[in-house]
Amino acid sequence: MPDEPVGCARPTGKVVGEIAENEDRLESDPGVGGKSMIMVRVGGKAPDFEAPAYHKGKFINVKLSDYSGKWVLLCFYPGDFTFV
Amino acid sequence: MSAVAGRFDELQKLGVEVLSVSTDSTFVHKIWEEEELSKMTKDGIPWPMVADGAGNLGKVYGVYDEGNGVNIRGRFLIDPDGVVQAMEVMTPPVGRKIEETIRQVHAFQHVRKTKGAEACPAGWEPGKKTLKPGPDLVGKVWKKWQPE
Repeated sequence: MPDEPVGCARPTGKVVGEIAENEDRLESDPGVGGKSMIMVRVGGKAPDFEAPAYHKGKFINVKLSDYSGKWVLLCFYPGDFTFV
Repeated sequence: MSAVAGRFDELQKLGVEVLSVSTDSTFVHKIWEEEELSKMTKDGIPWPMVADGAGNLGKVYGVYDEGNGVNIRGRFLIDPDGVVQAMEVMTPPVGRKIEETIRQVHAFQHVRKTKGAEACPAGWEPGKKTLKPGPDLVGKVWKKWQPE
């Protein structure tokens, strides 16, 4: 996980792998509505992603597939500075 | 998140890595960690705090709330093969309980260790009885296991 150069942009995460390719295809296909394709179910592969992160004082890039071979607890939450 | 941080050492001992994700930027993560979370935890937040500003991750994991531009509360337990073994998705006002997550880690790790030969019945905790699914168990679970 190398340090990332810090620019003024507000980088965001993106999905990588087959799902990302499927999503591109869907977006270009007007016959299929809804870009928010849910690709996760228990017993299925966790969608891989690559995203910027803050870790112990540094800005890094994380990729879920780099954690292959380990158990991962992936926690989504509504927002920093919220109360619960 | 601070509740998970409090049990981070235990999760690490179980070989579990943690990633947290919200739509906040890495800059906001930094200040939240420094200004608030570090005061609610022993050593601050020890795992990468991921930025998902566009909600791209939340969308494929089914937790992105487009109307509000945020990811709702969702917890996914992913095994070493990259397979999602458990998920729990909740609306914002109620928090998760880390003890339940840790219980599930123990249970899924036990099942994995036995290569699926054993199953963990309702309320299972480490040390409690497991079941061995097979022809002999059909219709006979009551002999082996009763709800508490």
